[in-house]
This record gives sequence, structure tokens and C-alpha cells, in this order.
Amino acid sequence: MRTVKRGERQLVRFTLNGEQVEGLAEPRMLLTDFLRHEIGAMGTHVGCEHGICGACTIRLEGKAVRACLMFAVQVDGKSVVTIEGLADKNGELSPLQAAFHRNFALQCGYCTPGFLLTLADYLERNPDAQESDIRTALSGNLCRCTDYSEIVNAALEAAREIRSGKSVAQEN
Amino acid sequence: MKPASFDYARCDTLEEALELLAVHGDDARVIAGGQSLTAMLNMRLLQPQILIDIGRIKSLSYIKPVRSAIEIGATFTQGELESWPDVKRQLPLVAAALPYIGHFQTRNRGTICGSLCHADPSSELPLCLATLGGEVVLQSRRKKRDVKAEDFQIGLLSTAKRPDEIMVAARFPQARAGWGYAFHEISRRHGDFAIVALAAAVGDGKIRLGTGGLAEKPTLREWDKMEDKDLPDALNDFAWDLGGSDDIHATARYRREIVRRIGKKLIEEARRCAL
Repeated sequence: MRTVKRGERQLVRFTLNGEQVEGLAEPRMLLTDFLRHEIGAMGTHVGCEHGICGACTIRLEGKAVRACLMFAVQVDGKSVVTIEGLADKNGELSPLQAAFHRNFALQCGYCTPGFLLTLADYLERNPDAQESDIRTALSGNLCRCTDYSEIVNAALEAAREIRSGKSVAQEN
Repeated sequence: MKPASFDYARCDTLEEALELLAVHGDDARVIAGGQSLTAMLNMRLLQPQILIDIGRIKSLSYIKPVRSAIEIGATFTQGELESWPDVKRQLPLVAAALPYIGHFQTRNRGTICGSLCHADPSSELPLCLATLGGEVVLQSRRKKRDVKAEDFQIGLLSTAKRPDEIMVAARFPQARAGWGYAFHEISRRHGDFAIVALAAAVGDGKIRLGTGGLAEKPTLREWDKMEDKDLPDALNDFAWDLGGSDDIHATARYRREIVRRIGKKLIEEARRCAL
């Protein structure tokens, strides 16, 4: 058993985008704040902080989850992928990101990391997804700029590329 | 939107967690997936003194047949159940309800038992457990007891679970030969809380219809040897007895209409699905 008293900070070690990282977190620190303020990975955005908007979606052990509904101490020893882990080391966009770019699937971009991490998990598991499946999968991510059509089009295009053999994200 | 301070304990065994719970009781909250609890902590609707994390206790992450039911351990997630190969065959009602629970990102962490413990009146799993007549297993440091679904959820967000108990498993009765099952819910957007959720189980001349979102807990009605011509009246009586009220999401009248119309469709669908 591992216990941490309130106000005390515990060392949390985990794998972030393939690299071993660590930081200090008190029990009540949300994973969103930990990633942004302790680790310095600012790509994960904070929207509603109660699991509704999907802006903070990350991949934990490969699965898309809400970082605002987790505490930093819970990722100790686990593997996390954030938006910073999608493009390759030279900055070349992953096929999913490139599809977003081509399809104008963002305007202000605030919600985009959440959409990309959601789709990275979903399309990897469901490369044959049709438009209605993708709309259902994206129902947990809110975008207030676009009308979602461009996002859905980008997802469908990325799905076609995955079916033709490309990996959805470099995830170095 | 940040939680108040709490102590945190990550348990490696169930015994450790039960020991802590015996000491802290009401001051503690147990967390596994945390998909309802963390939101409530963030909004400070709950301010426990200590959070007991059972999420890494391996012995609680399982699914197995027990007698004529499927037993699901405390940390088994909704997403894991969705991808369990036998789910449609063994638990067709639950399989139909799972896609309505939150979104796939929350199902990736949210647990079956956690949702039952949270006991939201409009949530899907308590409704399924009630409609199927399932039970839950509650364990404290001193004893372990089985509690039937109808006795477990006692009201809005409240259950018969004592402060020193953990729900270690839930048992959903397996699909029975000759029975059919169907689930549907009405909400404004996919993944929203249900305005009305309905679950039907039909077989052996019986009809069981469960509703969620109308009362403080899932409400069930069972009919024996119902003639088709009598069904609309029976559903109408049930709809009025449920006593739904007007709120910002829907009127009571609209809710009754859902029970009458969708209820009828669902019962017909369950009949068609009978094995």
C-alpha cells in the first residue's frame, strides 16, 4: 500500500509519449494540472473539468480517457500519450493530424487535442468506422467553432488511410 | 473546480482497503474508475477525508459465470465488458445498454460496480440490474453479504451499502432460454443523462419493464399473461403511477408518452429477440 497525506507531494513516475518522466503531486492534483504545470506538457487543454467537454482527452495505456477525471498519483508507473506524442520527432504530422489540417477540421484549436486523442484510440480499434459511428464516438468531445462536419470528414479520411496500412499516429 | 484536499491510499489488496474503510467509514470514499466520483470531487459536492484507491487490486478485475449469473468484479470496466466476447449472448440487455453509458472515453475507465454504487436514478446499469433481478456482493472487514438489486438502491444516489463496505462484485443473471431483452433511452444528445431509460425482459408469458430517470431509483413493473390488446392500458397505468415531474429537460406528460410508446415498441422488440 502507498499512502500520501493531504498537502504532501509524492513523486509520480510515468511514461509520457515514450519517455520516462517524473514530477511531484499532492493527492488532489488532477492529471490535467499535473501534465500542464508540473511536467510542462501544455498541449492537453482544460475545458470543463468535470468530464463533459473532452478537451483534456489523453491516452492511458492506449485508451482514450479524460485527464480531468483522474488524479496525477493514479498514473504512477503507467504509460500516457498526449497531443505532443502524435507528430514524429521531426515535427511531421501524423496521418490523423494531416487529415485535420487538409480538411480545415479546426478553427480556434482549443478542443483539437482532445478530438485527436479520442480518434487515435477509436480509429485504431475501429478502422472500418462509418460516418454515424464516428459521430457517436465524437459525441463526448465538444467543439464550439466548427459544425463538426470537417472533423468527421477528416476522421473518415484518416480511417481510409489506416485501412490502407498507415499507422494512425507516430507515437514515438 | 479543484477538489478539496484529501489523503490518498493506493491499496494492493482488498484486505488493506477494507481495513482502511473500517477505520475511516463515512470520511472515506472508495475510488476505482472514478468517472462519477472525480467529477463530484471536482465540484466539491463531496469532500472526503481520504480516498481509498482500489483501482490496482488485480483480484477485483474479473468476469466469470457464477451459478446462473455473470459475476463482475469491482474494477472491471464498462469498456472491458463491452469487448467481452460473450456479452451479447450472456448479457444481451446489458450489451444493449452499454453504448448509452457516458462516452467511450468514460467507459474506458468507468467500472460496472462503480456505476451501481453511484446509483444515479437515470443511469443504465442500475436499471439493467433491477430489471434482470440481479444482486451485488458487499464486503466489510468482518463479513460479506449478497444484496438483491431491489434492496440495494434505496433512493437518489443512495444505497444499502454501509460505510465500511465495498461492493466487491455484481451479479447479472444470464439470458434465459425463451426470453428476449431490449433497451432504449431518450436523451437530448448521445451520452447525456436519460430523460427516460427503458429496459424490457420478456419470456415465459411474463413481461418485465424497468424505467430509469422518472423516480429516485429504477422502477419495475411485471405483468403475467398480458393480452396484446390490454398492453396499452397497462403501460398507461404504469406511466401514471411513475409520477414523473416537469423539469428543464422534459415535461411529465412527455415522460409518460415515452413510457407508453417506447415501452410498447421495446416489449415487441424483446419478444422478437427471444432466444
